[in-house]
Amino acid sequence: MGKIRPIKKYSYYQKTSHGGFIATKLNYVIGWGRKYSIFHYPFITACCGMEYMSAACAHWDFDRFGVGMTTFSPRQSDLLFVVGTITHKEAPVLKTVFDQMVEPKWVIACGACAVSGGIYDNYAVVQGIDRIIPVDVYIPGCPPRPETILNALLKLQDKIQHQKQDLRWNIIKK
Amino acid sequence: MEHNQKIDDIIKQRFKEKVLSVKTDLGDVVIQVEKDAVKEVLEFLKKEPQDYSMLLDLTCVDYMGKKPRFEMVYHVFSLSKNYRLRIKCQVPEEDPEIDSVSGLWKNANWLEREVYDMFGIQFQGHPDLRRLFMYDGFEGYPLRKDYPLRKRQPKIKLRK
Repeated sequence: MGKIRPIKKYSYYQKTSHGGFIATKLNYVIGWGRKYSIFHYPFITACCGMEYMSAACAHWDFDRFGVGMTTFSPRQSDLLFVVGTITHKEAPVLKTVFDQMVEPKWVIACGACAVSGGIYDNYAVVQGIDRIIPVDVYIPGCPPRPETILNALLKLQDKIQHQKQDLRWNIIKK
Repeated sequence: MEHNQKIDDIIKQRFKEKVLSVKTDLGDVVIQVEKDAVKEVLEFLKKEPQDYSMLLDLTCVDYMGKKPRFEMVYHVFSLSKNYRLRIKCQVPEEDPEIDSVSGLWKNANWLEREVYDMFGIQFQGHPDLRRLFMYDGFEGYPLRKDYPLRKRQPKIKLRK
């Protein structure tokens, strides 16, 4: 038997005499940066908040995926976490918070009430927050398990990685 | 229970024809009174020998199709004697007015605002009768049985 030649794998990483360099695409690397530095704003109104809290704390700990930075200022956050029932009386508040956030921004609707109004099909409750603001990821469940929330965050990271990145500085140059 | 037997005798003697019926329901005495006497009765119950000093709840029921349509329900509680009492009175649909008891108990202020918000009962003598849960510009009274089930009144414009 002859000598087995190792299969050369295709790699972005190359080593040269001057040091390493990475061949990649701008869109890809910006997406990579953005998906691991999500600052989220928790908009918690109801019992789903308990599941959000346990997902955020040490047991499930979604900080290990790079989405754990909680900010209580909408101007410094990238992700709006809408957790719980939104009533018509509260709808203008949610809209204002969303409008205050700086691009690029994403929205997660967490729990049956935020997704569709849930069991509250009545005069007071908005039938899904997508009637007010655009939503990226919907989390079903009443309330959702923390694993479901983690899964949604991974889905969102996947989306951020593969979407066309919003590059504002190109527009400003023109 | 013995005390409660006494209290309905006392009320019957005091308010005579204003008391429409007295019965015991689920261990509590329920006294049905005339609409215009309800404030007097509650004031009398709150005073010293009776001492029903706490208003537990004040609410309304819509019996649609019946006349009179609405029924006000007052739950009072005596802290010193550990007794409960329920006072009810009928309110007609054409003239949904009743005397406010917010002068007797402070918590009646918001409870009456809630009843006004949900059922449209007008409380005479209430210091600040505004909607409590629903917003300004909301039309109709949502807990009335004839409020349409699917009627929505969004505060801001919806996307689709």
